[in-house]
Amino acid sequence: MWSIYLSVAIQGVLTGLVYGLMALGLSVIFGVVRVVNFAHGEFAVVAMYAAYVLFTALKLDPLFALAPIAALFFLVGYALQAALINPFVGRPEHEQFILLVGVGIIIVNVLLMGFGPDARPVNLSYGFDSYEIGPLLIDKPRVFAAAAAILVAAGLFWFFRRTRTGTAIRACADNLVGAGVVGLNVKRLYALTFGLGLACVGAAGALLVTIADPTPTLGPAYTLLAFIIVIIGGMGSMAGALVGGVLIGVSEALAGFLFAPSMKSMFSFALLIAVLVLRPQGLMGRRA
Amino acid sequence: MSELWRGVNARGRIVLAVVLAVLLGLPLVADRYVLSVLTLIFYFAYVGQAWNLMMGYAGQLSLGHALYVGLGGYVAALLWLNFGIGPWLGVFAAVAVASGFGAAIGWLGFRFGIAGVYFALLTIAFAEFTRIGFDHLGFAGGAAGLFLPFEEKRMGEWWNLRGGQTLFYYLALALAAGAVLLVALIARSRLGYRWLAVREDETAARALGIDAFAVKMAAVVISSAMTAVGGVFYAFYYNNLFPSQVFEMSRSIELILAPIVGGLGTVFGPVIGAFVLTPLGEVLIAVTARLGVNAPGVKAVFYGVVLIVIIYAMPTGVWPRLAGLFGLKGRAP
Repeated sequence: MWSIYLSVAIQGVLTGLVYGLMALGLSVIFGVVRVVNFAHGEFAVVAMYAAYVLFTALKLDPLFALAPIAALFFLVGYALQAALINPFVGRPEHEQFILLVGVGIIIVNVLLMGFGPDARPVNLSYGFDSYEIGPLLIDKPRVFAAAAAILVAAGLFWFFRRTRTGTAIRACADNLVGAGVVGLNVKRLYALTFGLGLACVGAAGALLVTIADPTPTLGPAYTLLAFIIVIIGGMGSMAGALVGGVLIGVSEALAGFLFAPSMKSMFSFALLIAVLVLRPQGLMGRRA
Repeated sequence: MSELWRGVNARGRIVLAVVLAVLLGLPLVADRYVLSVLTLIFYFAYVGQAWNLMMGYAGQLSLGHALYVGLGGYVAALLWLNFGIGPWLGVFAAVAVASGFGAAIGWLGFRFGIAGVYFALLTIAFAEFTRIGFDHLGFAGGAAGLFLPFEEKRMGEWWNLRGGQTLFYYLALALAAGAVLLVALIARSRLGYRWLAVREDETAARALGIDAFAVKMAAVVISSAMTAVGGVFYAFYYNNLFPSQVFEMSRSIELILAPIVGGLGTVFGPVIGAFVLTPLGEVLIAVTARLGVNAPGVKAVFYGVVLIVIIYAMPTGVWPRLAGLFGLKGRAP
């Protein structure tokens, strides 16, 4: 019996790593630009549809579609921040919120017009394969998706820790005035950060199609999911986003297995409330 | 009473009186459709006003107000269905339950220093938690919904809120007008000024001896109670309640658009916002139908564009601009 629970939990960890990559994008954007991206999940769903289109048109595996989608999302993010969002930096939260809710509404409904309300599954040739390790059964696509998510996240960690540009972006997050004083081009770095955040979402979205079938209305649910993960992990903490993602992935998987799949996010929201009350800086966050 | 209308000058008062008179007499001439659109406008002005109290005056961003609409609606509907208790009594129970939830959320948020985006997410979490809970609540109909039966013989029982469009038109008008009056009164009271102080600078407000916790609690309790009354109206007007429709985050967003577009922290902002947004939605439906475009998303896409344009160009809302333009503004905002 325990082997079933363990299998479910491992599936949860793997799914959670992909969730974590999505949330990482949100964490980076909020941590640096201080803008609440309330269209985050909607962007993830756009990436899912992009992966779906590439798969049906070119037979391109989502694992390989990840790179062009992430690159495209980087450009979109850069342009979006430079053109639309920059004037809203430093403005009240509810104004940023309305702006991005507007963006989200447009995305959901353009997808609805383009693809209709039905789910568009990506049928991978290895979609139902699984690894048998002793008594455990692990889905093959999830293993690949989780590995890819770790790889992308590691790349991002490296960028922020080891490159000059990454250090400059961290400087903006730590001390905006100081960053301006030493001559950093804050606006360009913000656009770069938003681009990187969206590249994360793009990569995560491409991987998500191997886990869930895209429908336009999935967007708001993913936005909430990303926020839950980031807050549980700790706003601005990159490792926290992955840890939070794994935690939520496991909680969703076990709740869906033990109770009902439709009740799985109830536990995520309960976790969110508990973390907000007991440890508002998040599990891995520093106290402000 | 004269204090009440400090926000509008003599010309503004005349405009207000004329508009009110026209709205009161309208059911004599207007058809059902026009009345139904206006009813919707009044409803959004009312719940928007309730939200405006909390965000616009006390500065607490709630994105889960659909919770109070849903709780209010469900409590009144369940009392009516199971015990035959009419909405005029049921509304008290609805208000008690919803403001109890409001107080609990407020206590958690303010006691533990959860502010800004974090507080907004706390409110979302409670609303979503309740939505999924109601999906699995058998006695409340679960995900399949709760229906108030339409009985021919009960038509015209206005004391049970069973009636036609005109009844709900006047009820919604009374709610909206009452909310404007209430907010105008509170805004000019000690409490109103304390809210503004807390909104502008909580630390400074506390240094002046204002009990910020108590003041914010008052805001969330009054706001959730008002919103619950709107929920009772919703339940008896539409005669059906689905958890996925009343508690959804998109409902919470819909409800806060009017005050934001109209002008946060102003008495007439939510009303103007509702008068802008709801007809805009109706016009968009009509235009897309006329053009033969039968895509379900067209209206919503336009809506999104309008939101972006308004928040981009007029972040303080339409009403302050409008009032300045037509010279309706008095001494205070």
